[in-house]
Amino acid sequence: MTQLHSTPLESAHLELGARLVAFAGWNMPVQYNSIIDEHTAVREAVGIFDISHMGQLFISGEGSMEWLNRMLTNDLGELEIGQGQYSLMLNEQGGVIDDLILYRCGQDDFFLVVNASMTDEDHAWLNQHKPEAVSLKNDSTQWAGMAIQGPEAEATFARAVPGEIMPSRNSMNRTGEGAIVCRTGYTGEDGFEFFCPANQAVGYWKRFLEAGAKPCGLGARDTLRLEMGFPLNGNDLSADRSPIEAGLGFFCKLDKGDFIGREVLAKQKQEGLQTKLTALRLTKPGPPIRAHYPVQDAKGHMIGELASGALSPSLKAGIGMAYLPIEFSKLGTELQIDVRGRLFPAEVVKKPFYKKS
Amino acid sequence: MNVPTDLRYCTSHEWVRLEGDIATVGISDHAQHELTDVVFVELPALGREVDSGDPTAVVESVKAASDIYAPIGGEVVEINPDVEADPSLVNTDPYAQGWIFKLKVKDVAAVEGLMDAAAYQAHIG
Repeated sequence: MTQLHSTPLESAHLELGARLVAFAGWNMPVQYNSIIDEHTAVREAVGIFDISHMGQLFISGEGSMEWLNRMLTNDLGELEIGQGQYSLMLNEQGGVIDDLILYRCGQDDFFLVVNASMTDEDHAWLNQHKPEAVSLKNDSTQWAGMAIQGPEAEATFARAVPGEIMPSRNSMNRTGEGAIVCRTGYTGEDGFEFFCPANQAVGYWKRFLEAGAKPCGLGARDTLRLEMGFPLNGNDLSADRSPIEAGLGFFCKLDKGDFIGREVLAKQKQEGLQTKLTALRLTKPGPPIRAHYPVQDAKGHMIGELASGALSPSLKAGIGMAYLPIEFSKLGTELQIDVRGRLFPAEVVKKPFYKKS
Repeated sequence: MNVPTDLRYCTSHEWVRLEGDIATVGISDHAQHELTDVVFVELPALGREVDSGDPTAVVESVKAASDIYAPIGGEVVEINPDVEADPSLVNTDPYAQGWIFKLKVKDVAAVEGLMDAAAYQAHIG
């Protein structure tokens, strides 16, 4: 087995009694005490996640903007300096290499936050395509990251780093001490992601805890993102599925000019899709439904398998997403989920699964 | 961890309470602590014949599904509807309200072959 990477916060997690698991090559907290309590804290108050495993790429130099716009699906032309956007990096076949958030720090100066499991691959892909004048740095090991999420996130920020300005939604700021604050997240709640040099991580972590944030692990991060219908690369996104099939067409700006994978997406849009990532929900109380469980139509024909699934802590119902033939993706379509040989009725529903009341 | 001395235990963390030829089965305090929030219990069919070691029920947390094995052979004669309705009883009261199923045991002496509380305590360390 290869050696797992440790985040700068590992000792802080152990002090709190976290259970650590291997995730994308990192030794990460999956939970501290209870995934349900951690999930609820983010929905109702505020939680903090260690996201130091995620990759931080810095891109600068003349022509960076134009070049990145050809590497990614969303339109960088829409971004003011200080703004960020969700985007996808595709292969030549239109499949997803990675989904990421990109921030424009300056005219030709960008900060990318990418998935831990894909950091090296993303870096290699970008490096392979980059013009000489553009500089690309993978600073993932020097940076730590924390996501502070929940309705009380802004108040937590004010208590933990007084005097600093909270950026507006989807925007970023640099603090006086050089940390990067981004008003983004993966939970559907208000909140921010905070990136700082690795050697400052424990200090900030403690400040956010003292300011009221409850430590939360990857278990809650997964149920929170799934309730919003946010995809997880490796589960819901893959190199042989396009973002159109994944329901992410909004983030693919086909009229912005050429980008890698564009032709395939344009063809899919024109000809229509064969399969689509479809949200479904158990119609009766039942077991948690999980990735890879078979999905059947109402007549008992196997039509796919779950890409992601969970028992939603907020809805107290089984929810999941599966790539299904397009004729089964209509809202209200009756389906069945096979849980260890027992069938549980489900129906196609709209994303997000969870809406703030 | 709470390890009642009047029960027998398996290495796979089930407990057994024998009364006559009826064995009540649940999971230990240690096991529920390891699983954390129990969100679903899948109960066996009444009348099912099981051998020692057969996967007989399933206890699920948010993250994982865990098989519960029959500690000894027998027939499933009762299942606990309360843990189906409120799976968290397995966490809050693992040795009483959180019991999972009852077996009518063929070989009562086989229970003697399971660990006593001291041996189980040593097993979980």
